[in-house]
Amino acid sequence: MIEESVVNLSRLQFAATALYHFLFVPLTLGMSFLLAIMETVYVMTGKEVYRDMTKFWGKLFGINFALGVTTGLTMEFQFGTNWAYYSHYVGDIFGAPLAIEGLLAFFLESTFVGLFFFGWDRLSKVGHLTVTYLVAIGSNLSAVLILIANGWMQNPVGADFNPVTMRMELTNFTDVIFNPVAQAKFVHTISAGYVTGSAFVLGVSAWYLLKGRDVEFARRSFRIAASFGLAAALSVIVLGDESGYTAAETQETKLAAMEAMWHTEPAPAGLTLFGFPDEKTRTTHMEIKIPYVMGLIGTRSTDKQIPGIDELEQRIAARIDRGILAVKALEALRREPKNATLLANFSAVKADLGYGLLLKKYVADVSQATPEMKARAVDDAIPAVAPMFWSFRIMVALSLCFLSLFVLSFWFAARNSFMQKKWLLKWAVWGIPLPWVACELGWFVAEYGRQPWTIHGVLPTHLSTSALSAGSLWFSLGGFLLFYTGLLIAELYLMFKYARLGPASLGSGRYHLETASAAKGV
Amino acid sequence: MIDYEILKLIWWLLVGVLLLGFAVMDGHDMGVGTLLPFVGKSDDERRVILNSVGPHWEGNQVWFITAGGAIFAAWPLVYAAAFSGFYFAMLAVLWALFFRPVGFDYRSKVPDARWRSFWDWGIFVGSAVPALVFGVAFGNVIQGVPFHFSDIMMPYYTGSFWALFNPFALLCGVVSLSMLVAHGANYLVIRTEGQVQQRARRASMIFTLIMLLAFALGGVMVADMPGYVISSVVEPGAAQSPLTKTVVVQAGAWLENYQRYPLTMLIPALGFIGGVLSILLVASKRGSLAFIATGIAELGIIFTAGVSIFPFVLPSSSQPGSSLTVWDCVSSQRTLGIMFWVALVMTPIIILYTSWAYRAMRGKLTVAHIQANKHSAY
Repeated sequence: MIEESVVNLSRLQFAATALYHFLFVPLTLGMSFLLAIMETVYVMTGKEVYRDMTKFWGKLFGINFALGVTTGLTMEFQFGTNWAYYSHYVGDIFGAPLAIEGLLAFFLESTFVGLFFFGWDRLSKVGHLTVTYLVAIGSNLSAVLILIANGWMQNPVGADFNPVTMRMELTNFTDVIFNPVAQAKFVHTISAGYVTGSAFVLGVSAWYLLKGRDVEFARRSFRIAASFGLAAALSVIVLGDESGYTAAETQETKLAAMEAMWHTEPAPAGLTLFGFPDEKTRTTHMEIKIPYVMGLIGTRSTDKQIPGIDELEQRIAARIDRGILAVKALEALRREPKNATLLANFSAVKADLGYGLLLKKYVADVSQATPEMKARAVDDAIPAVAPMFWSFRIMVALSLCFLSLFVLSFWFAARNSFMQKKWLLKWAVWGIPLPWVACELGWFVAEYGRQPWTIHGVLPTHLSTSALSAGSLWFSLGGFLLFYTGLLIAELYLMFKYARLGPASLGSGRYHLETASAAKGV
Repeated sequence: MIDYEILKLIWWLLVGVLLLGFAVMDGHDMGVGTLLPFVGKSDDERRVILNSVGPHWEGNQVWFITAGGAIFAAWPLVYAAAFSGFYFAMLAVLWALFFRPVGFDYRSKVPDARWRSFWDWGIFVGSAVPALVFGVAFGNVIQGVPFHFSDIMMPYYTGSFWALFNPFALLCGVVSLSMLVAHGANYLVIRTEGQVQQRARRASMIFTLIMLLAFALGGVMVADMPGYVISSVVEPGAAQSPLTKTVVVQAGAWLENYQRYPLTMLIPALGFIGGVLSILLVASKRGSLAFIATGIAELGIIFTAGVSIFPFVLPSSSQPGSSLTVWDCVSSQRTLGIMFWVALVMTPIIILYTSWAYRAMRGKLTVAHIQANKHSAY
């Protein structure tokens, strides 16, 4: 059995490196399309300022992209280094979208990103524009395949356990690709990226406008970011709702924890806007509730019930009992692999194998599990309510905050009066970090809400790690901390340096700092 | 559906092709990165060197990433056992690789000399360390790795980190490092001129020679090294667990494939032919052909490792029965089949657009070019 500290440290390392990676991904996703839009306008109108915009925002994109690539490498390594049992158990299904991501998307993005930076004088206008689009398409395709892999962890369709090889194997690839969870997640995630990219361009442009520098440049950037951002923010919220619906269908435990639904309510259930969930008494204090709404979002109906935590626990307890039988049947079958009766016994209960494995956290031979151990396993199977409840609510509040920012920015951009609205410009500047916070919270809800599983209902987290020592984990964690801190400092230093320099960093002699120093006769 | 046995063989070949793609493509920019602080004496010269691979290294690195992803998808047990077993070596590679994206992209964005020198050495580390460690890892695989599987197939590694650095493994590290450096030097010969080209030419000769000597010495050492042989009946066409077979250790077993199929001796021969050709071509100033020659040497050397231990992919020295072979480390027939078709369609497309990208950026890079593009070049 793997020490609990190794499991916890592996989880900490994965969570930290994944969340860190996702500081850079959304900006890449969003800015790659913004660059394509800006360059399209340049090619269509021939106005030089749009080329300068593409180049300048491209510089900031590049500073961010470098760290996206760097931290993405960690993710590729980490399944094998730290989650060896997971890699063996589900590599047959989970590995495929990752490998296809490389072939289909990452090659495309990475080959053309070099030409984006270096190809301005080598390619025709349309040729370069094509390259920019290919980068954007590549990075978005990349997201599709990663989210197909992630969606499968949440809702493992199209696969079956093979007792001979002792792992999950692919039975239907189309089901894996068109997994409804993956589809909803994909659009939700890339829209979040578009929001992040738009909020970034909007905020930095607003800062130039507040300073009265490079007004023509900033004004155009602001408009593009406001329009693209508004569309993206609407999409993020609509698809967030879609994710809620698929969660209700596939991951009832996640939804119940997120909404602090302690007990099953008569349909359609109400939506808790606010309150203080209390795990001990299983009540939510000072609850503010809107009737019917949760039931409508979660089931798209007025009569289907959404199960509360009490009811889910009863179902899980029953599945754990059957899971014990599945584990024992598998052990018997492994001793006599050719025995048809044993195979039939196992097949009858194998759907609950994962629930039996939940007990392995407490006892090696699951048939020796005491009622107390079973109770703890049931308790484990529901994610902790308060962190889910709050993360989700803060994410939603933030999304409403930047939705209103984009609505107002778009409105005043259409009326061409945004440059006089100092309060709006300031809001845009201070609003830059908000989408990042929302993105990170969104991932927290999705992945923490999947606990105690790595593959929901199939493979418990505590069985998924590598057979490493806690010392090795401390060492690698320390190394990541050191490297990632250093890299972040270098990245932020350059980001701020180049954002402050503005388009003058292109060295064209046409922008603020250069014209100012030319005027002084320097 | 394609026959399972055939698919297993195809995937052995495809993993080899991806590793070769990595060596030919990412290998040359790693070679260039390793040479950077030595071949480039002034800042402008270093920028010439960096910009020779600037537009391409990112795409090249995807060969490495895809090779990793393909091993995950096609050989999940190898991915699980090797990556977790070689934990610290993997971390060393990963952390060294961190220096590359930031080094390339951030170095020239600040004019300060110390900042630039720091990232130059960072790029050196990010290029030389992985090139060396990959060879060391191969060297350990050839000797057998102390690992085994539990009854539920959890891989356990029982060796130490320092034991990885034994003489034979280090020799393999020298082979892989000198091979990639020679290949990178040949690339610089094509893309640069004057002093830098002169130095690259010398580096190419020296490192090709080291590669040839180390590769030959490796061959001598393998001759009496204990190899592994499957001693039970194998059913290549069936889904199976690695734990159901028996394996015996036998001195000289790694040369058996060459005795049984003499034609395979062409493969190590290609390693030598490519190396000798490269030296001759560099001496007679035919840079582009020399680059192809080191590519051929890479083909020979990488596949020599693969063919010598075939059908093994990851032999276990502590519990030979846990060894992974091409027949039992693989994914299901369906996964291998789907992945095969994707690879078959995508690989030519990737090669096509990569060639287009290189074509668009072709030509000599000069110090004058760097000075004229101070704000846009690396």
